[in-house]
Amino acid sequence: MPHRTFFWFILPSLTAMILFIALPIVSVVIQSLHVEHEQVLEVVETCGPFGCTEETRVDTEATRALREAEPLGRFNGLGTYVNRAHLATEELATAWAESDTWGAFGGRVMNLPFYKALAFTLAYTFLVTPLVLVLGLAIALGVNGLPQRLRGVTIFFSLLPMIVTPLIGSLVLFWMIDADGIIGATLQLLFDDPDLSLKASPTLTWLTLFVYGVWHSAPFAFIVFYAGLQTVPEETLEAAMIDGASRWERVRYVVIPHLMPLVVFITLIQLMDNFRVFEPIVGFQAQASATSLSYIIYSDLRGDTQQFGSAAATSVLTILGVAILLTPVLIRTWRDFNRKRV
Amino acid sequence: MAAAAHRKSTGLIVLSTGFVILWLILAAFPFLWTLWGSFKVQGDFFSRADWMNAIRGPLTLEETGARFTGQGYWGAWIESGFWRNVLNTGIVVMATVVISLTLGTLGGYALARSGYRYAFWLLMIALVFRAMPHITLVSGYLLPFFEWNLWGHLPTTIIVLVAINQPFTLWMLHSFFLNIPKDLDESAMVDGCTRFQSFRLVIMPVMWPGVITTGLFSFLLAYNDFAVTAMLLSQENQTMVPRIASFLGSTQQEGNVMFAVAAVVSATAPLFVLILFFQRQIVSGLTAGAVKG
Repeated sequence: MPHRTFFWFILPSLTAMILFIALPIVSVVIQSLHVEHEQVLEVVETCGPFGCTEETRVDTEATRALREAEPLGRFNGLGTYVNRAHLATEELATAWAESDTWGAFGGRVMNLPFYKALAFTLAYTFLVTPLVLVLGLAIALGVNGLPQRLRGVTIFFSLLPMIVTPLIGSLVLFWMIDADGIIGATLQLLFDDPDLSLKASPTLTWLTLFVYGVWHSAPFAFIVFYAGLQTVPEETLEAAMIDGASRWERVRYVVIPHLMPLVVFITLIQLMDNFRVFEPIVGFQAQASATSLSYIIYSDLRGDTQQFGSAAATSVLTILGVAILLTPVLIRTWRDFNRKRV
Repeated sequence: MAAAAHRKSTGLIVLSTGFVILWLILAAFPFLWTLWGSFKVQGDFFSRADWMNAIRGPLTLEETGARFTGQGYWGAWIESGFWRNVLNTGIVVMATVVISLTLGTLGGYALARSGYRYAFWLLMIALVFRAMPHITLVSGYLLPFFEWNLWGHLPTTIIVLVAINQPFTLWMLHSFFLNIPKDLDESAMVDGCTRFQSFRLVIMPVMWPGVITTGLFSFLLAYNDFAVTAMLLSQENQTMVPRIASFLGSTQQEGNVMFAVAAVVSATAPLFVLILFFQRQIVSGLTAGAVKG
């Protein structure tokens, strides 16, 4: 295809992506370097019968005018990045100097909002992803053993947790684990503890969110693995059996290697999707014990005073995280691509 | 299949069937339970005394005189004006799907037919764009949109959702176009078609399965979105998902939880129907990326 034709075909799509994905990234970087104008102060002299007094007060009119004229605010350099709500370099240094043990240091770091969110996001990403792979493979193997007639129905119900809106899925589960809901009430009965609540303790909240994550994403891994299982070469399986491989050995040494490219694909998609975990925290109202990077951006952006600079700084740090996450994949693809060309 | 080779012990069959049944309960029960409960009153669905109340519904009988009640639905759709949000979702989702597919088929076709190195790089860039958390992009939009008075309107949200969907749409359509032999458009061009005519008149008619599958996923992305619609739409233009989230703010009042439950069931119903009719396309779409990928 000549360059000219290619250009005209790709133009509309490329324009949309540049305007609404590439430029917003630039906009986020610029915003993160700025901070809202401080309030304008004025000195007023009030003179009474007993002489004059000078008084400093906020000039609301001028503040509003200034903020309207320059909505971006004033240049702040990397100030927002190092403040307490983000990388908190000073707090880290004091915590390091004052803590004797790793545990004490970790405890203090976990009180800083950015690190708390980062810890949850990473824990979620790196726990949920492997669990999704394992559960998805197990379901695929199970369904593959079912009679043909039952498979369609099984797939239909299996798709539900994945297709349903994440916020709605998490709400449905949230109502069930409510102390008055079916799971919450049953748990209280089982453990004979009327105060047991999955929402109160941070550990249980984290656990609930992980369970939700696996529940939501397992169908995706299942479907992909199930499709892969249909293409496992029959001869290799038979050859393995003639050589005396047990059922488990056949799965381990024939089926799983055959599915390896799919494992890479699912891992890539899951890492991308789990790193932006956000809706379940809103749905489970878990923000007190678990926040993610996406969630703290969201809470900066809403409310009466929107903190654009702060949200933008977190966004830039999140984008850096995504870049780090994707680098191995991109390097690998680049190598494969070059090998193919040679 | 060689029957003897695949004969399993009874224990294994029981184990694996039991596991699948357990999974099916985990996957489907929450939705069926909520569907059932949405026709009860709050005192039954969230019963402090006994969860069996949600099934038998004594309070529902006492308060409304029947075993099932549509109070939650009446409250959500009529009293709280949820129908308006449903309408907005319809507009946003339909427009997003149509525009996404128009841009995506053009771009995906070009990427599949160009043998140059830059086509590969564009696909890689699209992959990186796909990984961007949506809320980081939203934080880039807000300030400029406020300044240029673009904030709060449905068209703005539609075009943003189209752009966010583009990377995924391009990848998927690109892999479907790769399945169509090159000879087809080349012979059309030998017969005197321009590139666009051969795309329009020869390739598109055989592309419908791919377009429908991709359309389904565009639909899901737009329908399920929360980050963009919650932040970019004004109160009166809200779509279903952010509206449901805002119902939760008012749940302290007795009975209002049931509005949210009814709204949740209403928003799930179209998805249920979607899987019912398009299960095969959804499965093939999920695997299309993997096999080519």
